[in-house]
Amino acid sequence: MDFSGWTCPAPLRDQPHIVMGHGGGGALSAELVEHVFAPAFGGAALAQLGDSAVLALGGARLAFSTDSYVVRPLFFPGGSIGDLAVNGTVNDLAMSGARPAYLSCGFILEEGVATATVAEVARALGEAARVAGVEVATGDTKVVEAGHGDGVYINTAGIGLVPEGVDIRPQRAVPGDVVLLSGPVGAHGVAIMSVREGLEFGVDVRSDTAPLNGLVEAVLGATKDVHVLRDPTRGGLAASLNEIAAASGVGVAVRERDVPVPPEVANACAILGLDPWYVANEGRMVAFVPREHADAVLAAMRAHPMGAQAAVIGECVEEHPGMVVARTGLGGTRVVDLPLGEQLPRIC
Amino acid sequence: MKYIEEFQNPDLAKRLLDEIHATVTRPWALMEVCGGQTHSIIRHGIDQLLPEQIELIHGPGCPVCVTPLEMIDKALEIASRPGVLFCSFGDMLRVPGSGRDLFQVRAAGGDVRVVYSPLDALKLARQNPDRQVVFFGIGFETTAPPNAMAVHQAARLGVPNFSMLVSHVRVPPAIEAIMCSPDCRVDAFLAAGHVCSVMGTGEYPELAERFRVPIVVTGFEPLDILEGVRRSVRQLEAGRHTVENAYPRAVRPEGNPAARAMLADVFEVTDRAWRGIGTIPGSGWRLSERYRAFDAEHRFSVEDVTTLEPAACRAGEVLQGLLKPHECEAFGTVCTPRTPLGATMVSSEGACAAYYLYRRLGGTPVPAAGKEANPVG
Repeated sequence: MDFSGWTCPAPLRDQPHIVMGHGGGGALSAELVEHVFAPAFGGAALAQLGDSAVLALGGARLAFSTDSYVVRPLFFPGGSIGDLAVNGTVNDLAMSGARPAYLSCGFILEEGVATATVAEVARALGEAARVAGVEVATGDTKVVEAGHGDGVYINTAGIGLVPEGVDIRPQRAVPGDVVLLSGPVGAHGVAIMSVREGLEFGVDVRSDTAPLNGLVEAVLGATKDVHVLRDPTRGGLAASLNEIAAASGVGVAVRERDVPVPPEVANACAILGLDPWYVANEGRMVAFVPREHADAVLAAMRAHPMGAQAAVIGECVEEHPGMVVARTGLGGTRVVDLPLGEQLPRIC
Repeated sequence: MKYIEEFQNPDLAKRLLDEIHATVTRPWALMEVCGGQTHSIIRHGIDQLLPEQIELIHGPGCPVCVTPLEMIDKALEIASRPGVLFCSFGDMLRVPGSGRDLFQVRAAGGDVRVVYSPLDALKLARQNPDRQVVFFGIGFETTAPPNAMAVHQAARLGVPNFSMLVSHVRVPPAIEAIMCSPDCRVDAFLAAGHVCSVMGTGEYPELAERFRVPIVVTGFEPLDILEGVRRSVRQLEAGRHTVENAYPRAVRPEGNPAARAMLADVFEVTDRAWRGIGTIPGSGWRLSERYRAFDAEHRFSVEDVTTLEPAACRAGEVLQGLLKPHECEAFGTVCTPRTPLGATMVSSEGACAAYYLYRRLGGTPVPAAGKEANPVG
């Protein structure tokens, strides 16, 4: 591969191979998209770089999104790879304000995996689709040789309709916007870690995996003038806030004590040396709304079961454009950076 | 597990801060020994809240940062060999050797695994008798006992395909080296609580007396650190220099006798090179003669690895408290977590990483205390 034509000031010249961090949802992932995928594919729709692309088709505006699920283990407290495969794509569509309608589902199975396991995953996937109110309309199955997969990988793609008058994308945040968070962060990542081989620890944390399209409907019921929605999955809350700050060029200021973190999540993260703001979620949403609508949106969120613990966590400011800064619990300040790749548990 | 919230209580923090402000009359330089303390200080903005007269100097206590480049290159060399299953704690994987890191070894086909305990590496050795399983044993007195236990178990169970690349370091000789430096300006130490939970406090009175320096054993939560600062300042203002234990919930004077016994059985004291600092006499541990068969350096004959330290990296001065990370000309420009020159920029306990993560505000790497823009309400 010829790296000489790359324009990034810190290109991946010293990364001749893909490393795990390229899939971590942080800076390395973004660089891969910017320098490898986007130039190769082209296209205005891809350039939106949102969770889903919004496309004009036959007079309608369609949201279109795809995601692949490679989670280990396949079943974890509070959910399974089947739930994630539905909720992840439904939520990506919902984050553009769309009403998700149809999903595709591609299974990549590893030779030797128990048929009963596949059936259990499929059952969970079907149930999650029914809960989210979407239909699995088409699918595909492939089998790879033993040793070439982790049992079951799933890809889902989805489409949905974007209502008239709704324009939600990361570029639309402006100074003065209020930042809302739909509930406590970090539960999904900690639930997965708590049962991952080599790291099992006794903690009663269940994944927050859930569809967010109902919550988005509730928010849009309060006002259609929502600037940005984002579900903080890989890379956690910190990555999502950074992506929005970078896309819109505004500063994002958050108050550390206003970001809800369940005590069990905080304790597990403290033991592992992880920051809960960087831990993945699968059923949480951040919303950037104009100040005049913030109270109504917060009330609408709290009235919905998925947003009962919603909170205002900060605002957009003129200062430090493109960066996220937190006021610490003790009154100091700190930068909240985009994670490079994956968080690594510390040594001691 | 409710304690974490309690030890971050802003009202109690304010009381401690008020007392510190009321006590200080002169400038004092306090060194927090441990990188975990450094991250807590910077992450919570504690240094911004202390009186201007108090300067917190970041010490050498990041286990990943002080692991010599030569040892990392040996790890990379061993991990690249066919048939080797190389195990390490997670934050060692991103530390650059002379040109690459363990992540890149793995991407190129090496079998590098993140483990959370050295006993997991021993388990892998028993599950893979046809592979050579190597554990990268680094760190201070905190990580040494479980690593010693893994070697002890390997010997007891007779696991011939397990070995350890040992690069352990000890805190007291590092404190002595810092105090003996002609450039030293440390007035008091916040000793690393986790280290003392193993070793106790018995190693410190002689140092405190000899260098006439207060040593306060300090934990890692914001209130722990403020209490450590409060006690240090009280001693300094009163002209005293004793050892105090401000972390009694974790540290007993005698430490952990079982852990110390395990260390004495498996390891012996040796001279050890510290990355960026140089060799400090008696500052490390190696496997004792009885366990030498489990020494990966000998098993894989990597004694002659040559290293290439980046000339621009000033991590050694940072680790000795002679330079603040943002005062380095490479900080945030050629040296970032993305393109690190040294381990202090990538380790989760590295001082440069702490400054880069939490203090890189616009074009101003470190806003002066109380003078930065107020971004939140």
